[in-house]
Amino acid sequence: MPFSPIILWTDALIYLFVAIVLSFIGYVRHHEHLLTPWKRVGHSASGMSALTILIFFLVIGLLDTVHFRPVLDHKTNDGEKIYSVEVLSLLDIVVTPLRTHVEKTYSAPLASHLYAKETIELPDGKQVRAFARLEYGGAHLQNPETEHIGDIVWRGATGLAYGLLVWGILVVCLCMLLAHRNQQSFQHNLSGIWRRTTEIPWYAILITLLILLMLIGCVSTLASHYHVLGTDKVGQDILYQSLKSIRVALVIGTLTTLIMLPFALLLGIMAGYFSGWIDDVIQYIYTTLNSIPSVLLIAAAVLMMQVYIETHPEIFETIASRADLRLLFLCIILGITSWTGLCRLLRGETMKLRELEYIQAAHAFGVSHWRIISRHILPNVMHIVLIATVMDFSGLVLAEAVLSYVGVGVDPSTISFGTMINAARLEMAREPMVWWALMAAFGFMFTLVLSANLFADAVQNALDPRTRILKQRNSFFHRPAKQETFPLNKTPETTTPSAPSQHP
Amino acid sequence: MKTLLDIENLQTLLHTGDAPVRAVDGLTLKISEGETFALLGESGCGKSMTALSIMRLLPDAGEIVAGQIKIDGTDVLQLPETGMRKIRGKRISMIFQEPMLSLNPVLTIAEQIDEVLKQHLNLPQQAAQLRIQELLEQVGIPDAPRRMHEYPFQFSGGMKQRAMIAMALAGEPELLIADEPTTALDVTIQAQVLDLMRQIQQRKNMAILLITHDLGVVAEMAQRIAVMYAGEIVELATRDDFFNQPAHPYSQQLFASLPGKQKRDQALAVINGNVPSLSQQFAGCRFVDRCNQALALCHDTIPQWHPVSGQHQVRCHLYNKDSMHVSSNLMTDSLIRNVVNIAQTAHASTASFLLQVTDLKVHFPIRKGLFKRVAGHVKAVDGVSLKIAAGKTLALVGESGCGKTTIGKSILQLIQPTAGSVRFKDQELVALGRSQLRQIRSQFQIIFQDPYSSLNPRMRIIEILQEGMSALHVERIDHMDANNQSSAPSREKEIDALLQRVGLPADVKWRFPHEFSGGQRQRIAIARALAVNPKLLICDEPTSALDVSVQAQILNLLKSLQNNLGLAFLFITHNIAVVEYLADEVAVMYLGRIVEHGHIDEVIGRPKHPYTQALLSSVPQIQPDPDRQIIHLKGDLPSPAAPPAGCHFHPRCPKAMAICRETYPPVSAFSTTHTAHCFLYPQEQGSENYEH
Repeated sequence: MPFSPIILWTDALIYLFVAIVLSFIGYVRHHEHLLTPWKRVGHSASGMSALTILIFFLVIGLLDTVHFRPVLDHKTNDGEKIYSVEVLSLLDIVVTPLRTHVEKTYSAPLASHLYAKETIELPDGKQVRAFARLEYGGAHLQNPETEHIGDIVWRGATGLAYGLLVWGILVVCLCMLLAHRNQQSFQHNLSGIWRRTTEIPWYAILITLLILLMLIGCVSTLASHYHVLGTDKVGQDILYQSLKSIRVALVIGTLTTLIMLPFALLLGIMAGYFSGWIDDVIQYIYTTLNSIPSVLLIAAAVLMMQVYIETHPEIFETIASRADLRLLFLCIILGITSWTGLCRLLRGETMKLRELEYIQAAHAFGVSHWRIISRHILPNVMHIVLIATVMDFSGLVLAEAVLSYVGVGVDPSTISFGTMINAARLEMAREPMVWWALMAAFGFMFTLVLSANLFADAVQNALDPRTRILKQRNSFFHRPAKQETFPLNKTPETTTPSAPSQHP
Repeated sequence: MKTLLDIENLQTLLHTGDAPVRAVDGLTLKISEGETFALLGESGCGKSMTALSIMRLLPDAGEIVAGQIKIDGTDVLQLPETGMRKIRGKRISMIFQEPMLSLNPVLTIAEQIDEVLKQHLNLPQQAAQLRIQELLEQVGIPDAPRRMHEYPFQFSGGMKQRAMIAMALAGEPELLIADEPTTALDVTIQAQVLDLMRQIQQRKNMAILLITHDLGVVAEMAQRIAVMYAGEIVELATRDDFFNQPAHPYSQQLFASLPGKQKRDQALAVINGNVPSLSQQFAGCRFVDRCNQALALCHDTIPQWHPVSGQHQVRCHLYNKDSMHVSSNLMTDSLIRNVVNIAQTAHASTASFLLQVTDLKVHFPIRKGLFKRVAGHVKAVDGVSLKIAAGKTLALVGESGCGKTTIGKSILQLIQPTAGSVRFKDQELVALGRSQLRQIRSQFQIIFQDPYSSLNPRMRIIEILQEGMSALHVERIDHMDANNQSSAPSREKEIDALLQRVGLPADVKWRFPHEFSGGQRQRIAIARALAVNPKLLICDEPTSALDVSVQAQILNLLKSLQNNLGLAFLFITHNIAVVEYLADEVAVMYLGRIVEHGHIDEVIGRPKHPYTQALLSSVPQIQPDPDRQIIHLKGDLPSPAAPPAGCHFHPRCPKAMAICRETYPPVSAFSTTHTAHCFLYPQEQGSENYEH
């Protein structure tokens, strides 16, 4: 085999998580009444657009999860293959040029020269201070001063065209698929999408997809010859770092939630439902935990872990497995310290629900406590759980950044948004400013968290059986039309009392 | 008399959902100075939207699209917002339904009234304080100089509503809009508040627009009445015309659906269906689908106003002189057609009681201080004994806060009683373990007041109905009236039969509760209780959240269930009319104890205890009764944490004697069934005494 697969701890947990999600989807697909609300998620334009972007992030994260050690060229004396100590992922292979094109130091996005002057020794032995040419970025240009911009525009345009082409093919495929499924003509489906009459907002999805594909096309054609987002202090490509950070952010966001949820759900609902001494005990636990500054607790735990790792080097085959264990441990300790907020929310909500009459009715039927909790209380607090976890997701990604800054975050060899921000932090103060590292981290985090938030909103709206789907788009466009239908003989300000009157 | 408020062709839309809801659709009315005008209708008919349109306080989704609202000739819809602020509170004031929600909890009463004075009168500080005091005295708040500086939570419900009235009166308005002012209050407090409003109106010559669904309140208060249905007024009449001869079929059917003593042996006439969705365009009469006298014409022609007599107008084709003449006989005939005769099944033996509650006490500890030391007890239920025979109905009557619901829940062991015994058949329920209780739980079930919170919104109807069956391992529902006993039906079929029994189609079982109206939800709640074949149903105000017409449907259902299945009911309510219609026996509760108990005719016909007398006299009557004397009770229900010494009722009792302040009266018997606790009557020898 040309490689040896490696499954790190977090990889295993991610696979588990994906398996749970897939089996849940399978379960829902076979139960009509569970499927209907999820179909409503599919009808929300913002939710589906957000999902499109989320899927892009998830694909990158999953690609980055498949780890292996490539085989080295030479063999041992016995003829056995030797595998590299460096652990690579599928993503690393896909973006190999980004990974291997390492410059000397800072360079601005799409630049052909370094960002700082340095002393260059000329062939004739003289020394000049000038902006040196980059080793890879724009290296194909003969005369960067004149060709640079034209080349970028040309490559960018081809990238956009590729994106458009792929998008066009996708649209055609989609229409054919829909035509096949609905037994309608191809054109009928196409015009349906265009006029936004389809149930699933394909129009919005396709626009999002178009933007996404054109961006990807543009970036990928440029990335082979330039550093699209520039390079950092040691000359590593920022785009590569950003892509690698996505997995760490997803791991911290999801695994921490996964670790925290059982604590929060179980303890919060138990405290609210049983009250009495159980409530007292749980309250004491979380107030105690809350009153310890969480950074101290995390720092202590992570440092302990670090000492353990350093004293037992023999159990780690590679640097990656060390870094990974540290990441997992960080998730666990973040999970243990962050369940208190959700727990308190759930306790309050459960105390409210416990007094409701349907719970009383269940008591009157002699329904067991466990069933009341699982069938009556849990579904009715799920909206809080959903909102809290999505809110926490962004908070946790940021917490990772803060902890990496203190030095107790992820392993220094792990690329994450936190380490990126931490590295870029000092450069904000220098003149001229190095802004691209921070901007890249900011942009990626912003997109990730925003799309997660929007998607969670759509899910929450759809899953609440009490909400009727208000067609917001329609109400927006219909409002002016409504006033036309009612002849307003003389009083324009009677339309809305709160509106400022135009004819006082 | 001069016209004060003149609304012409008012149209208010609510932009929710797909189509705009025409909450008010072409409403025209006139209110004269000093008159009480009642706007009567079921919930969802646009009454409150009318009031809010007049005040221009519509929610953001609301929009007035056409019409004029003139107060004394000024069209308020033409005014800018700043001009409107000079009208609100000064010329038109409003009091809201929920006194608990319409006062700001962090401001004192005086500060809140002062806001109105500052806005409209610009009084100096001293004068303003005097004015506030005067206003509060005017609405009958005792010890006003001290209490005006208290916060709303220190006021009781009735006092809060008085404070709201005082606030509404502060600007000396010409028109007072009262939006269901007494719906959230108890009858005795309602009588106080209505009386207060009448007095103030006479003194100030103020017009009142009274919005209510309660025919009794209308009969007591209003001079002219407009009946509102589905966004428009369908009948306009003076009080006497309306109550003597309601013209519109909707009004007639409303009267017919009121429960009462004289209808005991019949089913109530019901108005089928619900108020139609107001987002549609109506081609014909809006009431046609629920009308029992609908003509072919009604479906496709919108009825115009037709005079009945004098000022009495109605929007109904039946009164179109050109087309036909309708005698009132026809109407009564058609009503009686609806009535199913229900024979009172005489139960042979009443000797064995299904439920026997003896000396039940439920005390909630009040904890104080750092270590949560018990500082006292709220005696929610303090020594209650009652008995229910199989197939009979015992009504438990009393004001809110007297412990009615606590009794119901402690019988079901949802609340652990402090002392006393609850025997069901021959089994003692108190102190049974959870698993032992589960074996007997199917015998008694509860129906709650609020159909909106008694069904889990995340469960489908089938799951809701199955829950009790699977928890209690009930395999088969009793079919007293089923034809196919032979084939053992599956559980799904059982549920279909159950839904049919409560009058719902079988396919609703796949839906979620939010898709149903209040009345339908209450039917589902009843079906859920019936799923486990109970012998006793505890009905905790099952109709108080429902409209009159829907209430009639539910009462009919309960009555037919009792006759067909032989259920016993413990009916907890404050609605005397419902009691008269349904109950066999009545127990009147005051502050955790039963003060009077007896057969329905004895208690309602010849009440002995002064509290019962006052309670019955405070119920607003539809038929004017010249002999009727309202016994006004002073003050409010005392706190059950510190009940008054002696007879609990003595601080409010008009007939209190010296002895009442010292000892709790023992039982006085008037017949084998009728008993009361009052010193006015000779005591029974050797009767049990409540100790203190």
